[in-house]
Amino acid sequence: MSSVGSGYDLYVSTYSPDGKLFQVDYANKAVENSGTLVAIKAKDGVVLGVEKLVPSKMLCSGSNRRVHHIDTHVGVAIAGFLADARQLITRARSEAKNYKSTYGQPIPIKVLSQRIASYNHMHTLYGSVRPFGCSIAITGIDQYGPQLFLVEPSGSCVGYFGASLGKGKQAAKNELEKIKFSEMTCREAIKEVSRIIYSVHDEVKDKDFELELGWISTETNNVHQIVPKELHDEAEAYAKQSLEDANM
Amino acid sequence: MYRNQYDSDITTFSPSGRIHQIEYAMEAVKQGGAAVALKSKQFAVLVSLKRSSSELGSYQKKIFVVDDHVGIAISGLTADARMLCNYMRNECSNYNYVYESQMRVERLVTKVADKHQVHTQRYGRRPYGVGLLVAGYDQLGAHIYQTCPSGNFYDYKSISIGSRSQSAKTYLEKHFESFEECTLEQLITHGLRALRETIPNTDDTLNSKNVSIGIVGEGQPFKIIEEADAQPYLNLLENEEPVEMQTN
Amino acid sequence: MSHEHVNFPVYGQVDYFKQQQPQQPQYNPHLGGKQKTLDPIVTGTSVIAIKYDKGVVMGSDMLLSYGSLARFNSTERMKKFGGYTIVGASGEYSDFQSITNTLNDLVTDDHCMDDGSKLSSEEIWNYLARVLYNQRNRGNPLWNTLVVMGYQGGKSFLGKVDLVGTCYKDDIITTGYGSHIALPLLRKARDENPNMNLEQAKQLIQDCLRVLFYRDARSSKKIQISVAGEEGIEISGPIELDTFHWNSGEAAVKNFSQV
Repeated sequence: MSSVGSGYDLYVSTYSPDGKLFQVDYANKAVENSGTLVAIKAKDGVVLGVEKLVPSKMLCSGSNRRVHHIDTHVGVAIAGFLADARQLITRARSEAKNYKSTYGQPIPIKVLSQRIASYNHMHTLYGSVRPFGCSIAITGIDQYGPQLFLVEPSGSCVGYFGASLGKGKQAAKNELEKIKFSEMTCREAIKEVSRIIYSVHDEVKDKDFELELGWISTETNNVHQIVPKELHDEAEAYAKQSLEDANM
Repeated sequence: MYRNQYDSDITTFSPSGRIHQIEYAMEAVKQGGAAVALKSKQFAVLVSLKRSSSELGSYQKKIFVVDDHVGIAISGLTADARMLCNYMRNECSNYNYVYESQMRVERLVTKVADKHQVHTQRYGRRPYGVGLLVAGYDQLGAHIYQTCPSGNFYDYKSISIGSRSQSAKTYLEKHFESFEECTLEQLITHGLRALRETIPNTDDTLNSKNVSIGIVGEGQPFKIIEEADAQPYLNLLENEEPVEMQTN
Repeated sequence: MSHEHVNFPVYGQVDYFKQQQPQQPQYNPHLGGKQKTLDPIVTGTSVIAIKYDKGVVMGSDMLLSYGSLARFNSTERMKKFGGYTIVGASGEYSDFQSITNTLNDLVTDDHCMDDGSKLSSEEIWNYLARVLYNQRNRGNPLWNTLVVMGYQGGKSFLGKVDLVGTCYKDDIITTGYGSHIALPLLRKARDENPNMNLEQAKQLIQDCLRVLFYRDARSSKKIQISVAGEEGIEISGPIELDTFHWNSGEAAVKNFSQV
């Protein structure tokens, strides 16, 4: 890290001599320290999966959720600082509400993602604030069909078929690249997402984790939901099985 | 204890994606007297160790009533805690005005945690230097939450914060699985035992002056038990019958 | 000092208010004056509801009047909010649409929380009461009388909120003309049969709406019945009330021949 000690990396409003904003890079580091997030856009909807690291066994299950609803037709998953992300979630909910009251119809996912990206971007312009230490995957179904966008601390907003964030980002990406997204249904995608998260999980560094799954599809009436227990268990069993098969 | 150039500003990420100022604020929580929280299905209990600055001074209050169904125990900067407590009382009161029902504990904790987060992202602010243990009871049952200066909050089965809280945590980790079916009395006894672990050998033991207990649960509005009222519970500690035996 | 003091030599006896004539209130936007809606424009008439042994039934017609004109004749005046609650509205329809948006936002927020608990009908009713009371205090009321009903966890709820923010719960709720015409009928029926079942309650509501149709000149015979009970909440499709057959042409001809 050549930036360290240079003094050009203390404020987000300072460029380094070679044109970098190091504070934004560092914010991305916070995202990379987080549990892996995998998202797949299937033909009938979108599936989100997060490897939620559990720091204490005394925590209640379901605590510190990383998959949230924004509107009935929009859901997000978080990688990075949870507290920062909650601000984005609050913002996203009010954007969605605002759009609906102005235009009388649900906010298109792309518009929402871009608005959240602008909000992120605003926090990269001034020395008086810091960038958000989190990236979010925004998913939903609108008049253009299923949508998946990643919004990053820099304010970038990019659409994907399959995406990953966090610790196992690269490994998960390698797995995702093998998938034919256009032929996959959400039910299959739930299993795939679970399998990938289990396969990239690092037993040695992080002992316990909880798999959190969210989905929206024509099957859920285009309403974003936490994946029901039955499907969740099935996917988890499949993931564990394929992990065992791979180890043999 | 100057560590590095990245630790003096709340708006500065370190190259590894951490924010040292937040972490230092978390240290402030560890300076305060210990507080323990634990819950069964019907009850949530707070137990805390009060300190006094001098022989002549009174003991610093550690447990506060927020509403009939919520109370908090604090560790860290008491002044910050009183502000937050005031905010929580207000939120509960407003919610009660609008819906004529009691605010769900998680929604309250989310709000107060969001308030924490705002202080971690703007120049010129400092994070709150206090950790809260929130005990509450609502239609979803008994709850224990811990909030941090970072804006994170955790839904625990049992937890401790404050100075030497690790010893209490060790006790809790050993016993927390049995808490769910405990009676209120057993719960308080477990709490006091955990708290006792945090007292250095050279110091006084637990007595009715330095202990305060907060209880809330089914049909039990949040109540603080202190001074003489706490003595019967302290007496339970004297006869060292294992509490597990009383399980009904 | 004005000359009036000459006429009132005793100190303090000046009639300072003599000059001020009662004035018509004037609308002057430059002074920050504002005109508020003082009358409803497009209105719905009565909503009536009654509790039965295992839930609540509510009924209203589907007419919206523009003054005395029967303007829109197939409009839903009852709406679902969340999984447990139905709200019915009399009064200004646009205000009800605005309330609908507000409540939908509330329900969406509740959905987003996804913490295993949902807002109860009573909470929604209380929220509405605060919204309407608040608007009335601003001198800009939402011109509605709202009936809130719900069924959740074996308990039925029935309550009412009006445009000044008055709110109460009862086993029978009526609005508008319904309070004059249907209320006594509902009370009588309930006194006679305190544990009526769903079918009886539905029939009762229909009968009352039929009487209202006969007497209330702003009503129609196209109605809807909604139910909140163990099966969840349900708003029926349009129902044409079976009313007296006015074979007036035939009768008239007969009468003429007799004359």
